[in-house]
Amino acid sequence: MDLNDTPEQAEYREKVRTWLEAHKDEAPSRSGSSEDKTYIDARRAWQRELAEAGLAGVAWPREYGGQGLGPIEQVTVNQEISRAGVPGILDVIGIGMLGPCLIAHGSEEQKTRYLGPMLHGDEVWCQLFSEPAAGSDLAAIQARARQNDDGSWTLNGQKVWTTNAQFASYGLLLARTDPDVPKHKGLTMFIVPIEDGEGVTVRGLRQISGEAEFNEVFFDDVRLEEEAVVGGVGNGWGTALTVLMFERLTIGFGSDSFGSPARLAETIAGDPAARRDSDVRRRLGEILTELTAVRFNGYRALTLLQRGQIPGPEAGLAKVTMVNAAVAATDLGADVVGPEALEPDNEWSYLISFLPGLKSAGGTEPILRNTVGERVLGLPPEPRLDKGIPFSELRAKEKEALAS
Amino acid sequence: MNLALSDEQVFLREAARGALSRHKTVEAARDALENPSALPDLYPMAVEAGWNGLLVDEDHGGAGLGVFDAMLVAEECGRVLAAVPLLGLVPATAILNAAGDESLPAVATGELRPVYLPARPPSELEQGWTVEPLSGLTRAEAPRASVDGDRVSLDGTVAFVPDAPGAALLVVIAESEDGSPIAAAVAADSDGVAVEPVMRYDATRSLGHVTLSGASGRLLDVGADVLADAWYVAQSLIAAESIGAVQTCLDTSVEYAKERFTFGRAIGSYQAIKHELTEVLRQLENSRGLEYYAGWARKDKPDEFPLAASAARSAAGHALDFAARSMINVHGGIGATWEHDAPLFFRRAQLSRRLLGGTHDATDRVAEESLSAAGA
Repeated sequence: MDLNDTPEQAEYREKVRTWLEAHKDEAPSRSGSSEDKTYIDARRAWQRELAEAGLAGVAWPREYGGQGLGPIEQVTVNQEISRAGVPGILDVIGIGMLGPCLIAHGSEEQKTRYLGPMLHGDEVWCQLFSEPAAGSDLAAIQARARQNDDGSWTLNGQKVWTTNAQFASYGLLLARTDPDVPKHKGLTMFIVPIEDGEGVTVRGLRQISGEAEFNEVFFDDVRLEEEAVVGGVGNGWGTALTVLMFERLTIGFGSDSFGSPARLAETIAGDPAARRDSDVRRRLGEILTELTAVRFNGYRALTLLQRGQIPGPEAGLAKVTMVNAAVAATDLGADVVGPEALEPDNEWSYLISFLPGLKSAGGTEPILRNTVGERVLGLPPEPRLDKGIPFSELRAKEKEALAS
Repeated sequence: MNLALSDEQVFLREAARGALSRHKTVEAARDALENPSALPDLYPMAVEAGWNGLLVDEDHGGAGLGVFDAMLVAEECGRVLAAVPLLGLVPATAILNAAGDESLPAVATGELRPVYLPARPPSELEQGWTVEPLSGLTRAEAPRASVDGDRVSLDGTVAFVPDAPGAALLVVIAESEDGSPIAAAVAADSDGVAVEPVMRYDATRSLGHVTLSGASGRLLDVGADVLADAWYVAQSLIAAESIGAVQTCLDTSVEYAKERFTFGRAIGSYQAIKHELTEVLRQLENSRGLEYYAGWARKDKPDEFPLAASAARSAAGHALDFAARSMINVHGGIGATWEHDAPLFFRRAQLSRRLLGGTHDATDRVAEESLSAAGA
């Protein structure tokens, strides 16, 4: 066992570190409001700098402006960016998930047109999958694209939880193109203009904290050209799964964890009553045990990644542990501070508001447990009432059930 | 980045599994509940496999391996509830090896069987070295030592010492007159040594109350760091052993959840069962990550070993409690009877959580380590 870099990796890390050391003064602050245009523009400029230095799209192929390196180098860059105390790229969703999907399923024209501006932060992207009535059961989406006689499409519907839509140029959108086949089959992926899209309305969705980090996006008779289809008509589900696979890679090996174990320990260590309180100590011990376990399981996963294995569904358990431990850590830190922790500028306040929603992000805990139970432990799936039934019929049944 | 087993470690694990498979250890665990003397002594098997000399340097006839290797063996023992005296042996050999003690060649051949008398290193809330008490939450003071040259005279009682019965050499940790901790090697058959065998609930775990009344021993040339290290080696081993037991609980429960049908479907298809079993898996995976951490830290980052070993013990202790209870839940009524193996794992969990300071003390040590790092 060895947690050190190989000589080649160490050399790469050194190169990254040196660049960051020389340029970190040019970086904007790590945190800022996504509603603040000046801040977002500064983050775009910083992404461009990172891209030009080869620190964005590290694992993208060279022909599309990437570095053609592996996920290990991407992780190294994430770690070094975090260490330097500077923000990373602005468009994590585009570069981490949607770009790789375009590279895998897009046409040559799409790759040529979109990947460069995405990489350099000139055009930020958003992911338009979830809907008010389709989250855990993503294939139940209702946003409808109908093909016109000239081959173009007309899109109507609503998406939700859309991060970065406030300033996105484009989105990758999953729509239903054929309601008369079973639900996973009648889906198609589209590239949709957001900023300049006629009939597109972006509305901020305020969260517990009062900030609007994500949005609702409405589509009213939005016209899409035939060339907007990604991966073929009716193949939307497979294309979406590619995005979700890259999502696992992006979330699992992102540089930021939520809440700092060191800050929690400092808060308690600084309070003489707290540091001798057996309940506080037990909670602290349990939380740190969980967070440390996630860290070392991350190294185990990284070892497999280095050997060419893509993280499987078991990665969901790390998310469950991470979120629950972060909730427990924040509760403990705030309990030690008292009501003052709820003051908006207090370091615990933001996490208190942010974490409840994170439990549902990227897969709710019950859904992750279903997936892990079925795909890792091999337990049988729950019986389903929607298998093989055309989507339109399912919808009719739902309406009937509600009416009776 | 390489946090995985080496080929040699995979081989060691497979060899351990193979050696253990030749003994009906789970059946023995059940039989011994009614007749403790029926429990076969697996020490000769451990010697044959070379586990007694795992940590002993090659110069002294041992294998010169690391604590992580011993943990892999402990994990295999835990998987089948095998009564192999690793908890007593391995920390004892760690101390003897660090001291370069004269007993090492005999220890390495298996001729001389040592046992570690566990003593907990001081912490912010519990000053001084302490040992398990006979009963209650108040920990007992470590034995007192009066040192005269390389001879030590020892007085005190250490309760619930794993693997004490049958051991020939006691590795005792004691406090000298000036409060500093020392270690001494004491022949189990010397005057002033009494070992009272005890069985509590889990018949696979041989325990003993050890009383020293002016017992004479040989001073071991080791510092306090080695004595603290032995405590964390013991914590790592009980963690590893628990991880093995959790794996069996999970495998058995999953298999049953696929086969048992209610209301027309396998019970494993219900979320109530599925989510409980994924929770066992989650805790198992977390414990395993920490097992690797402890093994890595012992070798490459000794400063972090107390944290790593304590975190591994804490996680694995909770995991075993949870997994043993889940196994009973998933199996329904039969899981709570002697017809099934579940109670044997439950008994293991019940005793393990209360030995060597208890799971809760390991959790507190995790807090202690992070608070002292933060509050320096």
